[in-house]
Amino acid sequence: MISQVFILSSQGDHLIYKDFRGEAGSDVVNLFYEKVTALTGDQPPVVMRHKDVHFVHVRQGGLYWVATTTADTSPFTIIEFLNRLTALVKDYCGSLSERSVQMNFALIYELLDEVVDYGYIQTTSSDILKNFIQTEAVSSKPFSLFDLSNVGLFGAETQQSKVAPSSAATRPIQSSRDQGGKSEIFVDVIERMLVVIGSNGVLMKADIEGEIKVKCYMPTCSEMRIGLNEEFSIGKSQLRGYGAAVRVDECSFHQAVRLDEFDSLRILRLCPSQGEQTVMQYQLSDDLPSAPPFRLFPTIERDNGGRLLMYMKLRCDLPPKSAGINVSATIPVPKGSVSLSQELSSPDQSAELQPQSRAVVWKIPRFPGGTQLSALFKLEVPGFSSASMLEVGPVSLSFELPKITATGLQIRFLRLSPFQPGPAQRWVRYVTHSDSYTIRI
Amino acid sequence: MPYIGSEDTVRDLRRVLSNPNVQSDQLRYRNTILKVIRAMSQGVDVSGLFSEMVKACATVDIVQKKLVYVFLCSYATLNPELSLLVINTLRKDCQDPNPMVRSLALRNMTNLRLPSLVEYVEQPLTAGLRDRAACVRRVAVLGWAKLHNLQTNSEIDAAVVNELYSLLRDPDPVVMVNCLRALEEILREEGGVAINKPITHHLLNRLKECDIWGQCEVLRILQRYRPQSEDELFNILSLLDVSLISPHPPVMAATLSLFLSLCSGLPAVGLAALERVRGPLLAACGNTSREMQFTALCHIQLLLRSLPGLMGEHYKRFFCGYAEPAYIKQRKIEVLVELVNDDNVAILLDELRGYCTDVNISTAHAAISAIGRIGRSYSDKCLEILTELLGLKQEHITSAVVQTMRDLVWVCPQCSRTVCSAVEGCEAEIQDSQGRHALLWLLGVYGEQVSSVPYTLEVFIDGVRSEASVGVKMELLTATVRLFLCRPAETQDMLGRLLHYCIEEETNMCVSDQALLYYRLLHCGIEETRKVLQCRRSDPSLGVLIGRPAEPINQWSYIFNTLEPLRPGAIETESATIGGSPEHMTFDPKPNNDLSDTLSYSFGKTVRSGESEHVQCPTIFRCSPQSLQAAMQLVNIQTLAFTPPHTLPWRVYLYTNTQNKHSADTCHGTLILGELLYTGEEIQKKSKDEENVGVEARQDKREEEREEDTAEGRSEKERVKKNTAEKGIKVTLKQQPRDEKALKGFLSVLTTVLHALSSE
Repeated sequence: MISQVFILSSQGDHLIYKDFRGEAGSDVVNLFYEKVTALTGDQPPVVMRHKDVHFVHVRQGGLYWVATTTADTSPFTIIEFLNRLTALVKDYCGSLSERSVQMNFALIYELLDEVVDYGYIQTTSSDILKNFIQTEAVSSKPFSLFDLSNVGLFGAETQQSKVAPSSAATRPIQSSRDQGGKSEIFVDVIERMLVVIGSNGVLMKADIEGEIKVKCYMPTCSEMRIGLNEEFSIGKSQLRGYGAAVRVDECSFHQAVRLDEFDSLRILRLCPSQGEQTVMQYQLSDDLPSAPPFRLFPTIERDNGGRLLMYMKLRCDLPPKSAGINVSATIPVPKGSVSLSQELSSPDQSAELQPQSRAVVWKIPRFPGGTQLSALFKLEVPGFSSASMLEVGPVSLSFELPKITATGLQIRFLRLSPFQPGPAQRWVRYVTHSDSYTIRI
Repeated sequence: MPYIGSEDTVRDLRRVLSNPNVQSDQLRYRNTILKVIRAMSQGVDVSGLFSEMVKACATVDIVQKKLVYVFLCSYATLNPELSLLVINTLRKDCQDPNPMVRSLALRNMTNLRLPSLVEYVEQPLTAGLRDRAACVRRVAVLGWAKLHNLQTNSEIDAAVVNELYSLLRDPDPVVMVNCLRALEEILREEGGVAINKPITHHLLNRLKECDIWGQCEVLRILQRYRPQSEDELFNILSLLDVSLISPHPPVMAATLSLFLSLCSGLPAVGLAALERVRGPLLAACGNTSREMQFTALCHIQLLLRSLPGLMGEHYKRFFCGYAEPAYIKQRKIEVLVELVNDDNVAILLDELRGYCTDVNISTAHAAISAIGRIGRSYSDKCLEILTELLGLKQEHITSAVVQTMRDLVWVCPQCSRTVCSAVEGCEAEIQDSQGRHALLWLLGVYGEQVSSVPYTLEVFIDGVRSEASVGVKMELLTATVRLFLCRPAETQDMLGRLLHYCIEEETNMCVSDQALLYYRLLHCGIEETRKVLQCRRSDPSLGVLIGRPAEPINQWSYIFNTLEPLRPGAIETESATIGGSPEHMTFDPKPNNDLSDTLSYSFGKTVRSGESEHVQCPTIFRCSPQSLQAAMQLVNIQTLAFTPPHTLPWRVYLYTNTQNKHSADTCHGTLILGELLYTGEEIQKKSKDEENVGVEARQDKREEEREEDTAEGRSEKERVKKNTAEKGIKVTLKQQPRDEKALKGFLSVLTTVLHALSSE
């Protein structure tokens, strides 16, 4: 049972406040913010308590999404609900930010009104909600020249028009029906890597959490069929085909997915509802089908001037045609390191010393597969001792690998049923993120 | 948040709202209302616009209607008279052909929260229950709950309750679930909605139609149902098996909760269910949402209390990611400590070592103390890491390491040699008082093993004037006196200076009193001082039990799937249960480190919180600690510590946590601490036969005692006690908070166990 729901900006501005039960006063909002700001740590605990009021919050899009409730409520339910609420707001407003919430507050009030009644969650299905939501979303897209570049000259098909702009999937779902928006469907395969590589280069831990998301902009969509790799297998025992199998340990599906063709043909059938939904989730641990994408060869020593020398060689083991983007390596350095001098192998890279987090951050905007980059960092460390070497490392990498899945999962085809009213554009996108990619030194 | 210029805003808005030109232009009207709502959610007091907003309510524009209702529901309680004007519009809307308008009107009519409007609302609500559209029925059902809570003291309308029960068969699953919710609220005083066999089976059969929120609600309410036969129970369980491994964490958690409450009498089935949810729980730990990961982690900690081996092979899933927030990292570290075994200890320690240099200080401390806890079983490897950490020469790390080492030495005295050589020379880095506390304790207790101690203490004593912490000063006193006992020549001079300072100049009472105490103690002679100060370096008479034994599921099942496990420190860690660091007590102003002191004290002084009994089973002190512990655990009593067998006086300290299940609304537990003391003088002379008779007699007497207690008062009780003071095992109990019933139950269970053990 939810007593109140409110949304706060990170500065504590009240964006949305809705009281469902009328049991606690509205001063709880300020109370919550005081509690959050009183803490020095980087992030407040999920559950906080003031007398009988329990605050449960999630942070998304830089905002606090808070529900107040009683002690015996299920935390799983409340957190899942808040996450679902953020997803709905994202679907309806296009994106999740302080600005979009501020501009669409009427719409969010309307949503909350339909989603929760008297503290009880009624429905969060966008199929049902779309009948009730009347307010139009206001999207806050700034004018950009890039939008113009997508317009074909005299209607000619340019190269760009075949590629969906990255902002294509961040528009409100409802605009499609009257603003002449395209009826599009996006299928995203998103994987997150959790990797630990030991100091000797041995893979100590490798987990992949993946999901297939469908974002549908069509007001009504009849059945859709998603074909996965035929050699896709689940569990350790089951192997299919003779080629390189695409294997996952565990796999779960959205309840609307029909699996009657899954066993034989690896086809998922579903009728997607408007908005975003996770169709399939899977995980794989300790058995990567290919080599980990990045390897680091560090040499760390102190020179005779008492400075710390770090020579880093970073190799990208992706296939040559693909590349990692927004690669950033965080190298913890001894406490009290003062100045950094650097030698990087190309001008687009950058590196800086962040005293706050005691680390050198090395940024590489684009890192093509099969190549190797090197960097030399010299650090001035007052009071440097041999024990300070212990503080160097482990290096953590964050990156994004577009068009690549670490498990090798591919979508063979994406078919909409022939009875679909009107043409629809289909997009399939793959991306692998680093959730946590740590290399010990 | 004060909002400057809010009066102007309100005045402007009122002018625009009452402008007929604006009222005739739908778009402008709607935009002005939007501005009002925006001001409202920013915290501006716009209640002054109430009458203008009431007017704006009568419109065909649904968006505008919704906006106005948001306003009205927020301010209706401030303007009960004006709100009467809205009711007519709302009642008219309830007749609207559009079901959306009907449900909207009905919902907001009940959301106004005005008791004066109840008479106008009842009729539309009754009609709403029979509406064609499901969305109206959903609102109407919950409307009755809202109405009931507005006037809680009114009679419950039996007709409405019956209607709601019949709506459990509504084709719309949300209406069905809402009926459950509404009945739960309306019939709260009668214990909520009646869950009988037909309703249970109806709900279970329709579970699949509900969405996940509905499923959770149904599963929660079904926890009250008790199946009539074992067959029925297993039928229900097999129906629920699918939801147990649901990919949605809320459904999985609710199902497991229900499983545990249904199988409370079948522990084996409960354990099997825990095994079954391992997969979904681990998946929830890898959820995209950090908050969900955290929730799953906290619940895994609960599960581990009953099945310590549950996650053994998946320990790598609990390695911390670089960017994870501190609250997740700390929970993961706690879980990792539980998962240590011979195979993975090297990898785990290696991983934990990496966290010790975390930027977040509390995470680093958590990692260091985790290594210390693992050190109780694998001391060599852990001490190696801890010593290495001292080499970093960083204040907070050194301080945490020294505290960890102190805790470790208390439990494993055999590590003292390594610790002593490690802490030598690290006093310069420790700045905080807790770290110095720990260091001083170590130096005092192991003074004879470290050669440089007198110099270190001298530095402390020279700086005592600028010392801010009272605790550190007191510890310094104790440490210096202890050192004096083993190395008098080097210490005499500085001890004199310290005592002089503390007695003459120190303003804090505690410190000067303690100094006086030591001064007088030294007057009594060196042997006396030694007796007082040098008895406790790890209390070898108390064999502290390492490793948490598996608890029964019902110890924690009542907090499963509530907010309780998510609270910081909600799950007692090993060190907390064992009262693991009794040496902390020695730092207290009053060194009341003996549990028995406090227990007897509270018993002697206030009979209200203490309870003492005698149980006749003298052979108990010959039984092995293992069998005693095992026997106690069978009945949920945890042993804290005990003296080895065949020693006199023989003592056992134990505790239990009982849950009061009689009052469902306030589910509070009570903690009972107990001491068993056997001095053994009287009884050993008696023959076995006499003892058996004694048991009977004692039990009678106990009954007698109770009656007297209630009837005649305390003096009688004292007398009875005096008569039997030296016989049998003395049981002293202390309880917090008071719960007579639980205490009696505990005592009878304990007596049974002791008798059973001694008869073996």
